[in-house]
Amino acid sequence: MKRISACLRWLVPAALIVGLVTSGAAVAGAGGAPARVGPATLNASGATFPQPYYEEVIGAFKAKESGVTINYAGGGSGKGRQDFSDQVVDFAGSDGLFKPEDTANIKGGEFLYFPTVAAPVTVSYNLKGVKGLRLSADTLAKIFQGQIKSWDDPAIKAENPRAKLLSTAITVVHRADGSGTTENFTKYLTAAAPGVWTLGSGSTVSWGSDTQAGQGNSGVGQVIKSTDGAIGYVDFADAKALKLQFASIKNQDGKYVAPSTKATSAAVSKAEVKTDLTYNPLNAAGKDAYPIAAPTWILVYKNQTDNAKGDAIKAFLNFVYGEGQKIAPSVDYAPLPKSLLDKAKAQVKQIAVA
Amino acid sequence: MTTDASSLPKSLTKGSRPPGILTDRTFRVLALIAGLAVLVILALIAIYTTREALPWFREEGFGIFTDNWDPAKNHFGALGLIYGTLLVSVIALVLAVPVSIGIALFVTEVAPRSIRRPIVYTVDLLAAIPSVVYGLWALLVLVEPLASLFESVSDATASIPILNTIFADPSSSGRSFMTAGIIVAIMITPIVTSITREVFATVPESQKEAALAVGATRWEMIRGAVFPHSRSGMVAASMIGLGRALGETIAVALIIGSSQRVTSNILGPGDTLASVIANQFGEASGTHRAALIGCGVVLFAMTIAIGMAARAVVARAERRSAGTT
Repeated sequence: MKRISACLRWLVPAALIVGLVTSGAAVAGAGGAPARVGPATLNASGATFPQPYYEEVIGAFKAKESGVTINYAGGGSGKGRQDFSDQVVDFAGSDGLFKPEDTANIKGGEFLYFPTVAAPVTVSYNLKGVKGLRLSADTLAKIFQGQIKSWDDPAIKAENPRAKLLSTAITVVHRADGSGTTENFTKYLTAAAPGVWTLGSGSTVSWGSDTQAGQGNSGVGQVIKSTDGAIGYVDFADAKALKLQFASIKNQDGKYVAPSTKATSAAVSKAEVKTDLTYNPLNAAGKDAYPIAAPTWILVYKNQTDNAKGDAIKAFLNFVYGEGQKIAPSVDYAPLPKSLLDKAKAQVKQIAVA
Repeated sequence: MTTDASSLPKSLTKGSRPPGILTDRTFRVLALIAGLAVLVILALIAIYTTREALPWFREEGFGIFTDNWDPAKNHFGALGLIYGTLLVSVIALVLAVPVSIGIALFVTEVAPRSIRRPIVYTVDLLAAIPSVVYGLWALLVLVEPLASLFESVSDATASIPILNTIFADPSSSGRSFMTAGIIVAIMITPIVTSITREVFATVPESQKEAALAVGATRWEMIRGAVFPHSRSGMVAASMIGLGRALGETIAVALIIGSSQRVTSNILGPGDTLASVIANQFGEASGTHRAALIGCGVVLFAMTIAIGMAARAVVARAERRSAGTT
């Protein structure tokens, strides 16, 4: 009797697993349109900033084109660019552009930048009873440089006459790891607060010794959440997920705008797009534009040597510019404005498949 | 080596040479290859990383030993990182070695035989926990109570000279040299404990009994018989612990606070060679990337130098203890 029950204990889950697998296969076999591209496996790495969006889009793409498997490994924009120029990935994600001196080492020859989405970088803070804090670039620069040390500083009070600001000490929170978010945030301060911001811009800058660091966007968010008087820069999706308060930032037109996907799209539409589809939406003009908007690109070689992979990449990019744009707002990323979208779609045709 | 062939069994003497010789030769070649492989791998790592780091050495020159790590402005001086690496390791050793010796003494000299195994087993279990788990535990559990502890330590020592510079500005999020040191201390305790335990176990029973026979208390016996006999072993154990502490990466990267500078304030945020590589490599390119690989080379060199120094210290301690006993 005992032996039988032991057997059953193993049999039941085994039967369940077999059932699940077969039913899953049936669904996949019956599902939707027949596969047109592939079979192909695309390996990619790079920016973590758009990774939640890419995972969402890759999932949706897989449902449509079951022959194509895309592995997006993350690792950071710098790693993406390195992997791309070493040709160890089929495409890469990057929040930043190649430096001119690095383009000489790119093994696969000519490549293209494909903008995918944009997203706001929020300035999140933890102050009890203060909602909708308003900050200008100069004030922001002084806070993050440690020149403004307490929340009742006249500069902050002047911009927030109605807020109840106490003498709580300001704790600046930044990224412990190198990050495209840091790069975009410091680029914004360099552009919008010239003469005030002196730390320069890059994936890591030399923050003051009394600042705090967190790992990743969520790490920074956690430190802000647990520290009274903290302020830091966090991407939109994580700031929302952690229910952080975020500040409205004064844009070029003198308007205070809160971060949103809409205000980011407004900023992107005002940015000047170069012929290679690179653009800089930071500190954009326009009264509705949120000034700390971060772009991101997918890097693809112009001449694809593997037919199946080349077709798969084209299909994926077309999907990103079609259905993918509709998915974006649901995961807190801003879709591209139509003008840029049309240029990007046209550029997909430039990818040459042997 | 001469063997009388007629005395060997017939199967072994058949043919021109006994088959055992061939197996022996094969074994020797295989063992040689295995031994050389280690050296070759080590050399390849050293050559490749040095080559990749060349742009950094070329651009910075002796600037690599300045306290100025600022990727945004293309300055990569690693002194702050070297300092942080040594500081965290020293904190870890200061905390871990006395505790480890205590555990080892308890297990070998004090604890009843029946509970020795469970204690040894538990301590060894600490070594099996992955580094990142320690890091996450510290991040989720340890940093907050430590932050308030640091705050009160800093307040209490505010008027004491020297101490008020060491405990000056406590990190409000609890991420600091000290936090990293504490975690690394926990991580190196098992290895230091198990080596010192082995060393204590080699103390001849007769010497211990002799000490007890002339009326020594247990502590006097440990001081007079166990310690002198194990001095070099204890140093070796500490040095192996130090070697581990120097290279500890992920746990440190999570909780040290990522601030690359030389400071006397051990309650403030810092950074180490290993953790800066883990934190910044993903977004680094150009000289920044070369500098991070260079940090690996510097760490490699430091570990080798400390390993060699440790050998010298152990050898000296051995000579000295051979002289006294």
